[in-house]
Amino acid sequence: MSVVTDPKTGLIDGPVHDRLAALSRARGWYGWAGYAAPSVLDTVEFEYFALRNQCALFDISPMHKYRLTGPDATAVLNRLVTRDVTRIRPGRVGYAVWCDEEGMVIDDGTLFRLGAQDWRLCCQEPMLTWLIEAAWGFDAEVRDESDTLAGLALQGPTAFAVLEAAGWDVAALRPFDHAGLGEVMISRTGFTGDLGYEIWMPWADATAVWDRLWAAGGPWGLRAIGYAALNIARIEAGFLTAGVDFQPVHATERLHRGKTPFELGLGRMVDMTKGHFNGRRALAKARPRSLLMRVDVEGFKPAQGALVYHRKRREVGHVTSGVWSPTAKRNIALAHVALPWATRTPPDLWAEIYTLEEGRWDTRMARLTPVEGAFFAPQRARATPPGRT
Amino acid sequence: MALKSSYDVIVAGAGHNGLTAAAYLARAGLSVLVLERNDWIGGAAVSRSLHEGWTYSNCSYVCSLLRREIARDLDLPKYGLQVIPYEGGASFTRDGDYFAYYSDHDALRREMARHSPRDADAYPCYAQAIMRQCRFIRPFLLRDAPDPASMAPRDLGEMGYLVKKAWGLGKRELGETLRFWTMSIGDFLDEHFENDLIKAHLAGSGIIGTGLGVYSPGTAYVLLHHYMGDIDGGIGAWGFARGGMGAISKALGAALEDHGGTIHRGAGVAEILVRDGRVTGVALEDGREFAAPIVASNMDVKRTFLRHVDRAALPGEFVRQVERFKIRGSSAKLNIALDAMPAFPAAPPHASFLRGDMHCSESLWALERAYDDWKSGRWSAEPYVDMLIPSQIDPTMAPPGSHMMTVFVQYAPYDLAVNGTRSGENWDATQRAALAETVLNQMSIACPDIRERILHMEVRSPLDLEREVGLTEGNIFQGELTFDQLFFNRPVPGFSQYESPVKGLYLCGSSAHPGGGVMGAPGANAARAILRRAGKGATMKGYAA
Repeated sequence: MSVVTDPKTGLIDGPVHDRLAALSRARGWYGWAGYAAPSVLDTVEFEYFALRNQCALFDISPMHKYRLTGPDATAVLNRLVTRDVTRIRPGRVGYAVWCDEEGMVIDDGTLFRLGAQDWRLCCQEPMLTWLIEAAWGFDAEVRDESDTLAGLALQGPTAFAVLEAAGWDVAALRPFDHAGLGEVMISRTGFTGDLGYEIWMPWADATAVWDRLWAAGGPWGLRAIGYAALNIARIEAGFLTAGVDFQPVHATERLHRGKTPFELGLGRMVDMTKGHFNGRRALAKARPRSLLMRVDVEGFKPAQGALVYHRKRREVGHVTSGVWSPTAKRNIALAHVALPWATRTPPDLWAEIYTLEEGRWDTRMARLTPVEGAFFAPQRARATPPGRT
Repeated sequence: MALKSSYDVIVAGAGHNGLTAAAYLARAGLSVLVLERNDWIGGAAVSRSLHEGWTYSNCSYVCSLLRREIARDLDLPKYGLQVIPYEGGASFTRDGDYFAYYSDHDALRREMARHSPRDADAYPCYAQAIMRQCRFIRPFLLRDAPDPASMAPRDLGEMGYLVKKAWGLGKRELGETLRFWTMSIGDFLDEHFENDLIKAHLAGSGIIGTGLGVYSPGTAYVLLHHYMGDIDGGIGAWGFARGGMGAISKALGAALEDHGGTIHRGAGVAEILVRDGRVTGVALEDGREFAAPIVASNMDVKRTFLRHVDRAALPGEFVRQVERFKIRGSSAKLNIALDAMPAFPAAPPHASFLRGDMHCSESLWALERAYDDWKSGRWSAEPYVDMLIPSQIDPTMAPPGSHMMTVFVQYAPYDLAVNGTRSGENWDATQRAALAETVLNQMSIACPDIRERILHMEVRSPLDLEREVGLTEGNIFQGELTFDQLFFNRPVPGFSQYESPVKGLYLCGSSAHPGGGVMGAPGANAARAILRRAGKGATMKGYAA
């Protein structure tokens, strides 16, 4: 008999895999941190519209989750991330980015302040070593909760009504609040820019929570969705995906692929007045080389993968995420554009879009118009108490 | 906003096309006043609550044709418009079976093969033929129809574009196109399919809103008219406007007001004022007058020129052309508040096609017989119904667990025959109730318990559509979509470019090219025509320019 616990090869089951597998008519799976996650369960189109018109359930358990506790936990985090975390009060959630000593972004994520000395960090990339190193010499403990804490994202205009029908009263939660409700913790957070919540619970409880939401969600149009639908929504919200819209600097082997928070348009997340933090010295001197822009793309062809030109001649950047927005009814994209071309007025920027239609490759130049803020930011995402539809 | 006594442009009627034209004109910097007879806006793109807690799309009920160029130019999502596609549909039969239409190709093929393996094989060829026609016609929707008798550079340019596109089809495809535009949908389907139920399911779009039968020439085009729209580029896809079709009008109205335009509700137009061959303004039913050098009428061509313009100001030949314009009412509508989802015994549990368009006609001949009744001035004894339950997708239409159902009925005549006389006036409460009974009987083929589910029902005859919305004879397209009155013949030869014999008086509704449906194209095209001729330097910008 072997003494080794089989690490398994291939994708492994997440906490609600049984429920997802039963709903997977499209049988489209991808690997997310080693877990089998649905790219699509039925059709991308109808999953997307459930998300924007009713509500959608998406398993976010494969995210990496770390718990930081102890008298110095806040100090550790303040050293780690670029924003001032002391301004995040208990019961609140804050978005944050963190950098290496050269000011290059390692990852972004959400910080949950569970108590005065109790924090949770949720992020895309494995971060245990980095956190332990950051905590060296501090009176703080780092614990990896990635495989013990499950999360379900319930997003869309009827999300509040579904939680209410399931017996969880979250009427008082404002955006970026969180609260413990019995066996679960619920935060008013998400990756869609719309009304939505994330429900957190021990790994083993996830299926029961899923079933409770599912039973309540019928009359409110609840639908389980895969990542392809969510991805359209997050581009509409103008959110970045690690590994797509920026390269986590710890995960790149090629040099100079890193970006500073300023270059990602996250300058507001950098607080140079709060004292020392990782990358502060470098960021104080940093001159942005490029800018991540939100752009409206002329025409109707998605600009995914397009190169960006100034005056149709000089190559100055590329599109990282481009999609036709079914809700904003615009052709939208996120693009890295070199300075000074990114900030010139008039911009005179063009995307060379590549199309493959029935066996024929083609290109077309489409004018880019810079857009401030999110492409889609509905009022209902901010209302407290939230609406039911 | 306080009303002024004069404007650059007055738009008569706040239907979706009037609002579209007005919004483009206001966006270009003109001062625009929209006059609407009802206390609400939207014309036939309207959402009203007639039973507390439920919202109906009272008239038009699904959305596909609305040009995305217009939605984008006017940024309608910013003003709350969300269009949600629906999936599939089905036709139910008396013997307890159904044919389901799935958007998933393989599921559709398997479902077709269940009824006819040969038809399952034939479908891709049929779909390709339709899609080629769609690709051909779509670029013309936001362009002017050229006047073939004109030597003006613009007409020659547009004519050149048409000839180039037609030439590009090649000899064989051009022949097919001309055939398709003039043939009946029945003949076209007979060429491709053998199964009656499949043919009946596909034929519906060829007769909706039209005073023609499935074997009448011209109905293939009517089908194309229903397929040439799109949702987010998915050609032929249909969906709901979140909050009902009124959400489209509401967004257009908000865009218009945001650009400085004014909407005056409860202000019925009595007369469009003309002096020396030029329009000078508009007189309201309440006697108030507004001056403007340009008036765009969202009313249909008959209502505009035969009721609201002094006949002496119009050439006799033009009046005769307008009088012979075909605008026959052929449809009715039920809007129903349901206490719960009706049972569809034939459908497997959680069938996705229940969220689509459902019908109860089993063959082309049944549809042709339904048309025969209409010709004799009766509603069809076994009508074609196009029924949907949008509240399954749109949570804003009914309380949770309850539902709203929209039932389009083909055929119902405007001039109902009663005791040997045919007249729209024959539509009284008794006749409407009897029509509803006929329709509910037909619907019960699909959902036998429908009567037990009904909490409230609105029954709309063609006369109701005429009286409330102003559509002559209750024709939903502001005039039949037949080849004799399409393209450069719409509404009448010589006046296809939104203008009229009266200088400064334009048409911006569906009587003009490219015709009916909640498309916005006539409105956008009319705005472009107005700006070109009288824009005082202002120009149309955007995708519909």
